[in-house]
Amino acid sequence: MKRVQFSHPLMPYMLLLPQLSIVGVFFLWPAAEAIRVSFYLEDPFGFGSTFVGLDNFKDVISASEYSRTAWFTLIFSSAVTFFSLSIALLLAVKADKVIKGASIHRTLLMWVYAIAPPVAGLLGVMLFDQHIGPLNDLAHALGWNMQIGVNYFDTAFAMTVIAVWKQIPINFIFFLSGLQSVPKSVQEAAAVDCRSSLRRFWTVTFPLLAPTSFFLLIINITYALFDTFGIIDLVLKGEPGNNPVTLVYKVFLDGFRGNDLGGSSAQSVILMMLVFALTVVQFRMIERRVHYS
Amino acid sequence: MTLCKAAGVTTFAALVMSSTASFAATEINWWHAMGGRLGEVVNEISTKYNASQDVCNLTPVYKGTYEEALTAGIAAFRAGEQPNILQVFDAGSATIIGAEGAIVPAEDLLKNAGVEFNIEDYIAGVRYFYADAAGKMIGMPFNSSTPILYYNEEALAKAGVEAPETWEEFKAIAPKLKAAGYVPLAQSHLSWIFTENFMSRHNLPFATNNNGYDGAKGTRILVNNDAIKMHFTRVKSWLDAGLFGYYGIGWADNQKVFQDGTVAMWLGSSGSFGGLTKSTDFKFSATYLPYWASVSETGTNTFIGGAALFAMSGKPKAENDCVANFYSFLTSADIQYYWHQETGYVPITNAAYDLATKDGYYDRVPAAEIGIKQLTLPGGDNTKGYRMGFYVQVRDVMNREYGKIFSGEKSVDDAFQTIEEEANKLLARFAKTSD
Repeated sequence: MKRVQFSHPLMPYMLLLPQLSIVGVFFLWPAAEAIRVSFYLEDPFGFGSTFVGLDNFKDVISASEYSRTAWFTLIFSSAVTFFSLSIALLLAVKADKVIKGASIHRTLLMWVYAIAPPVAGLLGVMLFDQHIGPLNDLAHALGWNMQIGVNYFDTAFAMTVIAVWKQIPINFIFFLSGLQSVPKSVQEAAAVDCRSSLRRFWTVTFPLLAPTSFFLLIINITYALFDTFGIIDLVLKGEPGNNPVTLVYKVFLDGFRGNDLGGSSAQSVILMMLVFALTVVQFRMIERRVHYS
Repeated sequence: MTLCKAAGVTTFAALVMSSTASFAATEINWWHAMGGRLGEVVNEISTKYNASQDVCNLTPVYKGTYEEALTAGIAAFRAGEQPNILQVFDAGSATIIGAEGAIVPAEDLLKNAGVEFNIEDYIAGVRYFYADAAGKMIGMPFNSSTPILYYNEEALAKAGVEAPETWEEFKAIAPKLKAAGYVPLAQSHLSWIFTENFMSRHNLPFATNNNGYDGAKGTRILVNNDAIKMHFTRVKSWLDAGLFGYYGIGWADNQKVFQDGTVAMWLGSSGSFGGLTKSTDFKFSATYLPYWASVSETGTNTFIGGAALFAMSGKPKAENDCVANFYSFLTSADIQYYWHQETGYVPITNAAYDLATKDGYYDRVPAAEIGIKQLTLPGGDNTKGYRMGFYVQVRDVMNREYGKIFSGEKSVDDAFQTIEEEANKLLARFAKTSD
């Protein structure tokens, strides 16, 4: 391999500086600040603060609602990740086989991607609205007495559907391009050896899609944990009540709605640790099984 | 165009004539949370104020919901960029009044500016809600409302019943309304209407330390009592029997069903009056918030809800004087009467109330007077107001637990037990923040 030589020893650091300063200012500094604040109880206006050690963490963990929020986050994130990936994969496999009018099919399937997330969320909220929503009417026609905002499960269901719907197009685009990069020769060779197209898919095509799938898995878990914030906010219309919220949304509720900086920071530190653990697991355990050509 | 020019010429003439006037008017800004029609009225009032004098120029800025406006004000204060006036809602009052260095009390501000101030000029229900333990007015009450009962006159006539004064009467008429094809009752704010004002309507203590006014230290909530548990037990049984409708925690979801005629009676804000007039096509009227005759013989006055204006500290005297000047303008009888008519919020001064009465407004629209009459009902020791920290979160806990009662997930006893525990924990945490 050719070694790149810089004319000046400081040059590489200078080139790295913009990136590093962005990471420092927008990630490391706020993270350090969150860790500091999590040990204090602070007056919102910043007049007084009391060092309380681990009390904020104890209060967070012992609150009856925290475990319910954590469970909801786990189930919601798993469901959103699983359904948005699997539906997108199914659509991509089917769209890949379409020959006539292929571009129309693909464009229509990517369509939703062009909608800005808040607009998509708002559309979803209106479709499920308990007074005017057509999906709500449909559920009632089918004998399901759906009431978003009143029934915990119904609200969770609507959030999940909206979040999945919003995420399918981006997964679809990646899966489709992944499928199209599977070499024709490999597919033909496989067709000679094995007649079952389903088995061919799982033994030949899917492993070749693994790098794409792994990338999408990480993107989707991140999406389900963090980027669904806007959708949850829209479904709740600003008032949590007895509705499901995720851990990230709870950080916002306690910090920005309730002005409890210490408690909110403690929750975000817990989340930081969870994300760190998740990252380690993803790259240590799953990526080993992924083969990049 | 000619009008603009004419106005410009007069202003210029005024400036030239007053030798001491500086050429630029003192700029003051006002962060508020009044959206929709209310925001328009805020802008109209500001325009009127700016046109009324040329020393100060007021700029109102809409900052989103009440919670968002408070958070924006706090963030701005920490960055040294605070507005002159911040509108803070009832549930946030402990937060802002507790931060003594962040605000200039309204009473001091007015007195420093040489404006006469007499707290007795303000109507009784409004006077002390945003005051400190000694009775000094800290926040200038602005949009003040109180929960009242609206009823669809056609629905009540169809069922052959009168609007209830007490919950006992409601119990008697609700089945008739149901038989006439209506959901008898809905409400829009469980913590405000069925908790805080349940306490005030029955003169029950809501928190220790004089409802929290004597300081955050050691304040404990007294919400876990038999009277309110009885109330929620009844409400849950009405819900199960189809005599009460619950459409979630959102305000609008519960108001909408009254507007479209599904629900015959609705507990909302006296400030909802203006909006309802425009959005309903049936005759409606209003009466007092019902009370349990078994708990309180006559029922006492309710708390105000809504928000107050707080002058933020760290501003030059000239700007503070402008804020004081604006406060006097805002509380003048004419402006209060205008605000009252446009929005349905109560007039906050006796003078404005008298003006509305003399003008015959209440003869024309009797329902518009219900809120202010309810606020001036005879009160008791516990009906002045309440002051609790982290109260937004306390309300969130209440709303969550009430949701669980209504869904059948939790018994009334368990839910109130949880509310008491979690609220006291939050209150204790809040007391520590200001150490």
